[in-house]
Order: sequence, then structure tokens, then C-alpha cells
Amino acid sequence: MASAAEASGAPSRPRAATPWSARAWRGLLWGVMALFLVNVALMIAAVATNSFARRWLGTWLPRGWTASWYLDAWKEFQLDSILWVTVEVVFAVVLLALLIGVPAAYTLARRDFPGKRVLMLLFLLPLMVPPITYGIPLATVLYKANLGGTLAGVILANLIPAAPFVILVMTPFIEQIDQNLESAARVFGANTARMFVHVLVPLLAPGILAASLLVLVRTIALFELTFLTAGPDSQTLVVALYYAVFAAGVRAPQSVDAMAMIYMVVTLVWLLIALRFVNPTQLVSRVKEHPQPAA
Amino acid sequence: MSEALAPRAPFDRALLLSFEPPKGGALANYVKFFTTDNLWTTIGKTLKLALPATLINVLVALPIAYRMRIRSRWQRTITTLLVVPITLGTVLIAEGMLTYFGPKGWLAQFLQLTHIYDGSIRLTHNYWGVLISLVISGFPFAFLLILSYVTGIDPVLARAASTLGADPKAQFRHIYLPLLAPGLAMCFCLAFVQAFSVFPSAVLLGAPAGPTRVISIAAYEAAFEQYDYSLASAIAMIMGFVQLVIVAIVLSLRSWFYRGPVTGGKG
Repeated sequence: MASAAEASGAPSRPRAATPWSARAWRGLLWGVMALFLVNVALMIAAVATNSFARRWLGTWLPRGWTASWYLDAWKEFQLDSILWVTVEVVFAVVLLALLIGVPAAYTLARRDFPGKRVLMLLFLLPLMVPPITYGIPLATVLYKANLGGTLAGVILANLIPAAPFVILVMTPFIEQIDQNLESAARVFGANTARMFVHVLVPLLAPGILAASLLVLVRTIALFELTFLTAGPDSQTLVVALYYAVFAAGVRAPQSVDAMAMIYMVVTLVWLLIALRFVNPTQLVSRVKEHPQPAA
Repeated sequence: MSEALAPRAPFDRALLLSFEPPKGGALANYVKFFTTDNLWTTIGKTLKLALPATLINVLVALPIAYRMRIRSRWQRTITTLLVVPITLGTVLIAEGMLTYFGPKGWLAQFLQLTHIYDGSIRLTHNYWGVLISLVISGFPFAFLLILSYVTGIDPVLARAASTLGADPKAQFRHIYLPLLAPGLAMCFCLAFVQAFSVFPSAVLLGAPAGPTRVISIAAYEAAFEQYDYSLASAIAMIMGFVQLVIVAIVLSLRSWFYRGPVTGGKG
């Protein structure tokens, strides 16, 4: 099948006859990719090295190694409580975003009603506009409602981009489901709620899993909204990390690097799990993977 | 006006708030923004960072994603590798760049050791540092998005073109590019919006008092250093307005292109 797909890219052209310009172009692409990946990898390696370094100034490798930065960062920032808050916030956001997003996506995918386009646009707005734009007014609203600085406020703020994101990811999954199945359920007397629980949710399970993992990764990384709404007891990992950097003058950079590494590992684990379930090439639109024999 | 715009959503609220300065008329905040030198210049500074970063991200991601549409042994591995920088987070990118691209970092040492470039390397605490960090953090998103649009196009169309004698260049020019136009426009908008709101890396990697004093820094300072939420909301509104203008321009350019189904059918 791979050969068929390749044939569509470079049709009926034997490999040996590839013109030099095409080869140069391909080489350039691989070069750019390699340059990007090598530099990013070295950048991560630099942070990792520094986080284990006793002292590292202007040499290729640090003089001595230590794991104490991790222990210090853990103690100094009370990472156990911060990690716990992060877990609470992220899972609450994922759960609520799914509860709002999946039914909304279903309605938007299947029902037609006046004002649907406007509603769609309203849902997409928080994804098109950066968080900091609506973060500041949102934070002032939350503080006026006495929710600012609380866990509930942080969760609410994070829901605003998360729920539309679920809608965006779920819509193609819902459109894949055969409408006859829903009609059949209705014929057998299921109401909308029963149909949802017994027919749609099992069929949508892969999509729900994908959406929830992607929301999870995005929420862990969402700095601006949490930063603007969090109080001292409702900081998440990314906010604590930023505070640590801001006070870099009094803190060893290695300590910040250790926290950055912890952060990266936490996010990376979830992203890799997510990528096992959802092929990145099919995030927006699902199409047949294999070209069919020409009819 | 305030009757119609009861504070339901934060957007309405911000709009109202921005017209309610502590002193002066309804437009005092906007007047202040456009007459204060270190406020209105932030628009230009942000655009100067965000537009090149977005263009680089989209224009580099396009050929790479186009190449990656072909299924091969490496497709999955390379896509995963290219997407992984999403997890880095701005702080790790900033720290990594300070260590790696810094004047005594590995890159500088390598370049001096091999005598490729002997001058001093200044890639941090200036415009270039922020631009590079925007590319590193924005490229994976652009790549992921364009990849899913490219793979959404039915390869049957390109094969039909090749049957009619189109070489790969012509296939890209006449089949893929027109079909990709809406996706590219969407991707440009999303990437631009992300780059335009650059905040942490502009503080950590840039010169936040000078050339990388971006608009979100101005908004943040107004809200959390001067506690002038009214002015901060006005800045946020201006920020959103500039973004919507750019998004509107891009989306209207898009309407010059073909729109319609991206799958081949019998007919």
C-alpha cells in the first residue's frame, strides 16, 4: 500500500531519473528538519545537563554532578502540593469540558437550527483569540464574583478554551457515526439520554479519549489563564515554574531547569499516551488512509 | 448601550470596563493608549515579531507536511518527533535557549571550535531570541495542523492529474495548493494568534523594556503592576481588534481560492 501512496506522490517516474532539482529540494527539506530537531534536542539536553550540574560555566560539560536541585526544587516549591493542584485542575477541566463539549458537538454536527453558524463562531472565538486577551477581563470578573484565586475560578477559566476545543476535535468523530444506528435506537424507544449512554458514548470512545488527552496536555500547558486567576493555593505546575523563573536572581538556574524538566516529563508522558490513540495526521479530518484502486 | 450589553460574557464585560476609566471620558483609556509612547508602539513591536514568526512557521511547515503525507516507515516517528516540542513549554524553551544559544552555550562553543563563525553570538535577550523561541514553540502546531489538512486531501485527485501528465510540481501547484488554501488560511490565523500573544518568552528571552516590549506585556503591567484593570481591558480589546483585523484580511484573501470538497468522487 505504501508503494501505491508513493506512486501518487511521484508518479510513473523511475527513481534513477529524478531530476537534480527535486533531489536538492528533498535534501533541503531533510536538512531543515534535521537542523530543527538537532537544535531542539540539544536545547533539551542543555537544560537536562544543567539541572544535574553542580556548577556549569563556559565549559563543555559541568564539573560535577548532583541530583540535589530536584530535591531542592521539590521542597522549596512544595511540588507535591502543586502537582496535586495540577492534577485536580486538569482532571476537573477535562471532565467538565467533555460533559459540555460532547453533547454540544453532537448538537452542532447533527441538528440544524437558526443561529447555528453564529453559535459555531462563538465557540471558536476562544480558540482564535489568545488567552491573555480575554484572560484579564475574565480575571477581573472572577475576582468580582469572589472566585478569583480559588480552585473553582482556575477551573472555570481553563474551561473557556477547553470546551470549544473538545467540540472542534469531536465533530469529525461524530460525523463518522452512521445515523441509522441512532434511528434504530430511537425506533426501539430510546430517548436522547439513553441513546447517548448506550449507543453514542461507546462508539465515540476513541474520539472521547483523544479529545480528553489533548485537552489534558493543553490544560497542563495553559499558562496565561491560570496565571491570571490563580491564588497562592491554586497554582498549577506551569505557574509555579514561571514564578520560579521570575525570581531567578535569588535562585540557582539549575533549580529552575530541574522544574522545567519535571514539567516537560509530565506533559511528554501524556502527549505520548495521546499519540498512541490518535494519529496526528487525523486530528482535524479523518479520511481513508489508503488510496483506493482507481475506479 | 450598556442596557443591551449586560455583562454576560467576559468580552462584553471587558468592553464595558474599557469604557469606564477611573477618570476622564469614556474614551480616555483609548486616548491614553494611542498617545502614550510606550503603549501604542507595542502594536508595531508585536506585529514585527508575530508576522515573521507565523510566516516562517507556515511556510516551513507546508513543504515538510506535504512531504510527510507519503506513508512510509518513518512517517509516524518523524511526525511524533516534530510534534514533541509542544510539550516543552515556554519556560523550558527559554531556559534551554539561554543555556544553549547563550554566549557561552554549546552552539557558541561549537561554532568557535570549528571556526564557522568567529564573532560573538547574540541570540538571547534580544529580538532574535524571541523570534527563535516563537518558531520553536509555534512550528509543531503549524506542522500538525497542515499535516492533517494535507492528509485530508484525497490522493486520487493527484493521481488523476498525473495520469493527465502533470509532474509533481504541477500537481502541487494546481491540485494541492488550491485545496489547501482554506487550511493554510486557518493555520496562519491560529499560528498568528498564538504568536501575537507572546508573553513569557518576550519577558524571559527578549528585552522586555526595549525591542520586545510586546502588547501583552503592556496589558500585564497595566493590570497587575498598576492595578488599572480598566486600561488593561482597553489594551486587551485593542489586542483582540488587531488580531481580528489580521484574521479578517487572511480569511478574505482565502476567498480568492477554490472552495469545495477535497475528496474525489465519481461524477
